[in-house]
Amino acid sequence: MEQAEPEASPRLGLDIDRKMQAAVPNSTGDTVFEVEDLNVYYGDFRAVQEATFTVYEHEITAMIGPSGCGKTTVLRCFNRMNDLIPIARVEGRLDFREVPIYDPRVDPVEVRRRIGMVFQKPNPFPKSIYDNIAFGPRVCGMAKKKSELDGIVEQSLNRAALWDEVKDRLKDSALGLSGGQQQRLCIARAIAVDPDVLLMDEPCSALDPIATARIEDLMQEIKNDYTIVIVTHNMQQAARISNRTAFFTAQLDSTTDQRCGLLVEYDRTETIFSNPSDERTENYVTGRFG
Amino acid sequence: MAKARLIGDRTNKMMVQAMERRATDVRGRVFQITLLVTLLISLFILGVLIVDVVVDAWGVLTGRPSGFLTGTMRSLSGDPKLGVQQALVGTFWIAVFVAVLAFPIGIGAAIWLEEYALKNRFTRFIELNIRNLAGVPSIVYGLLGLFLFVKSLGGLTGGKSIASAGITLAILVLPIVIITTQEAIRAVPQGLKEGAYGVGATKWTMIRSQVLPYAAPGIFTGTLLSMSRGIGEAAPLLLVGAVSGRLGSNPGFFDFSAINAEAFMAMPVIIVEWVQNSGRDPGFAEAAAAAIVVLLVFVILMNAAAIFLRNHFEKKRG
Repeated sequence: MEQAEPEASPRLGLDIDRKMQAAVPNSTGDTVFEVEDLNVYYGDFRAVQEATFTVYEHEITAMIGPSGCGKTTVLRCFNRMNDLIPIARVEGRLDFREVPIYDPRVDPVEVRRRIGMVFQKPNPFPKSIYDNIAFGPRVCGMAKKKSELDGIVEQSLNRAALWDEVKDRLKDSALGLSGGQQQRLCIARAIAVDPDVLLMDEPCSALDPIATARIEDLMQEIKNDYTIVIVTHNMQQAARISNRTAFFTAQLDSTTDQRCGLLVEYDRTETIFSNPSDERTENYVTGRFG
Repeated sequence: MAKARLIGDRTNKMMVQAMERRATDVRGRVFQITLLVTLLISLFILGVLIVDVVVDAWGVLTGRPSGFLTGTMRSLSGDPKLGVQQALVGTFWIAVFVAVLAFPIGIGAAIWLEEYALKNRFTRFIELNIRNLAGVPSIVYGLLGLFLFVKSLGGLTGGKSIASAGITLAILVLPIVIITTQEAIRAVPQGLKEGAYGVGATKWTMIRSQVLPYAAPGIFTGTLLSMSRGIGEAAPLLLVGAVSGRLGSNPGFFDFSAINAEAFMAMPVIIVEWVQNSGRDPGFAEAAAAAIVVLLVFVILMNAAAIFLRNHFEKKRG
């Protein structure tokens, strides 16, 4: 099996790859993530092979594909959440705003402060609603005074369209909220530290259609301030909300007899859904497989 | 031949008949009753033990309760100054030693093993050994205490002292504290950790703000139960050298000089001592029973504290 050599330690600083920009059509804003030949391993198992794509500012980028195709794995590379899995290993280039985030000089804690994450299962802390939102600003040292913290909490809950529902019970446990409210709380918690990017790992898969619609509306509202990367199983959702779509699939590696995630196609969402260039993409988005 | 069918013909009437409750499920019933009987046997034995002890102790406990608690070791059971104060002081301070030494060290080691240690062969080897240590007979710890703390480090501990006994029992319960704390930490949902990391928490912040509060009820229950086990141990204390016969002084609870004085008594040992003496002086059997009741109350109070703390932290956990 041929393995990609790790990128010779890129410089911290300006390192825009012209070839990469040219490879993706209709680029508008600044690039936020540049991914090139990204390989992710769990021990000896290669979960993702040679993914190359670019995420642009103030856009919603969706990653779709069948289960086990590595889209969540790629998402968790973006804020180094894969570091929590001891056997996970990342090779290739992954630049966030021109900073190679897997460079040993980069502090993963600082990466995660700038790249927030919303998880598949709502995971509020077993604390009050207020303390859930205030947790991030507190650990990041963002608010010196109580009034500043109060402001951040109100603003974050407002942006997550949750303020009116919870403003009278900020001291109540967050675990008493409904599933949809909990997920909006988690979004509010993530944006409370004012990140640059919001990563969302199937944020609506545990929610009913009404709660899902609210979160989709919310994403449209906040994408002017953030860049959003979302993993979703729901193709309609990707088509509804995203600007660009990456289609992954799981491919059987004949030499190792293991399934490995492969980025098949990456393009503007309209193109992926109306005029894909790869037959596998077309089969998937038209529902013929997966 | 017709294909075998599970339910047979599917008319409504047949379905109704088929789904009617059958005659009693005999095997299920037998199993259920067996389980109930095992439970009743345990409860019965426990009840008999407690009733027997309390009946034996009744005379002493109702006759002179405060005198028994403040009395000392005597050579005759009829002595009005006979009592357990020396042993209570010893057990109290041994418990303090266990709390001060075993809890922080054990909880710290468990946090390291769960959150920091690399999950490699070496760590697994260490964990295996901790599990084995939890199963080592307590008398072996007594030997360790005798050679290490009484003999080698006698200058520090005062030899056969409360300090030696306390350190020995702290080491005895240490593996149990580590294991129960590890289990409590392992039960913390991964989502909470990821949520904390996701907003830029450092590992230390994540552990302090999420892992420890969530695991606190389990840690408290486990550690205090291990303490109850520790202070009931007689065998290691006999080796470390709780005195037999009479103890010279009668220290108060906060007489710190008693901690490394070359003589001490503890509740489990005084019980053994008095039971042995009951052959020549039957009155000691009653005194031993009364001492057992005192130790039981001591342990029950500690378990009650464990339950109280657990509920308190569970409420905080939300």
